[in-house]
Amino acid sequence: MSEAVSALGGATFEGYCILRDAGPTGMVTIRGDLGAAAFGKAVKKATGCALPKQREIVTNGGRRLAWMSPDELLLICDQGEAPGMAAALAETLKGQHALALDVSDARALFRLEGAGCREVIAKLSPANLAPGAFGPGEMRRTRLAQVAGAFHMPDESSVEIVVFRSVARYAFDLIANAARPGSEVGLFAPAP
Amino acid sequence: MLILDCPYCGIRADETELAPGGEAHLTRVGPEGSDAAFESYLFDRKNPKGVHFERWRHAAGCGKWFHAARNTVTLEVYGTYPAQVTEPPKALLAAISKKVPGWEGWQ
Ligand SMILES: [Zn+2]
Repeated sequence: MSEAVSALGGATFEGYCILRDAGPTGMVTIRGDLGAAAFGKAVKKATGCALPKQREIVTNGGRRLAWMSPDELLLICDQGEAPGMAAALAETLKGQHALALDVSDARALFRLEGAGCREVIAKLSPANLAPGAFGPGEMRRTRLAQVAGAFHMPDESSVEIVVFRSVARYAFDLIANAARPGSEVGLFAPAP
Repeated sequence: MLILDCPYCGIRADETELAPGGEAHLTRVGPEGSDAAFESYLFDRKNPKGVHFERWRHAAGCGKWFHAARNTVTLEVYGTYPAQVTEPPKALLAAISKKVPGWEGWQ
């Protein structure tokens, strides 16, 4: 086995928010009928996570399970855990029209931290980042400038961003540019 | 800007998250059809000035295809609905008829 490295090798940018390549991360795509009781049971058995509702992301320790579409979930976990998770899911989903696939190598994960993190993402995406419209517990699939991306907020001052590995450099530079010092807009500032 | 509610993920998506799929509810003509019918299936479109039923995909989002009814003149959106149907929902048709007096219907 060769040693797994993340797309940008843990790159960091410090602007008015701090952007980091999160390093090797496990991701498992799960497809199936989210409306079927047996599907939810199988997913829970393998991951320990409850089935997320529409656009929801649920957490179980280091595992995060996100609703991606009516027939798709994304499990984010430790890199070493992903192949085992995919295999466990394949086992519990046996007999169902469903699949689980380790897609860790096809993705990149970034973390953006700082009070202005909502604003940085809002510069790049048509998603409504206003508090009240979006916040912790929700996974939003959207667009970051020219590429597809998904993100959620682990807490009020950070965003976790998923993109395809092939566009990792573009997405990282894009977010870094949006976070560069002096480019603060002051959107979503807490009321005085 | 065109803004459509995706019936699958519930996001109010602007057109930069969407990909257009042209006229909705076309009946596919397969190998059994005549050349004229096949040509019509491929190329003939209503292109109305007014109420239009379209296919859209939430491309930079949940990825699902869905249907939308909108007005090509006023850009008013009458509604969106799932892709797994062969005709628009009755309630939507009734609402459009009410709003657009003299509308000739969707077919
Ligand atoms: Zn959608």
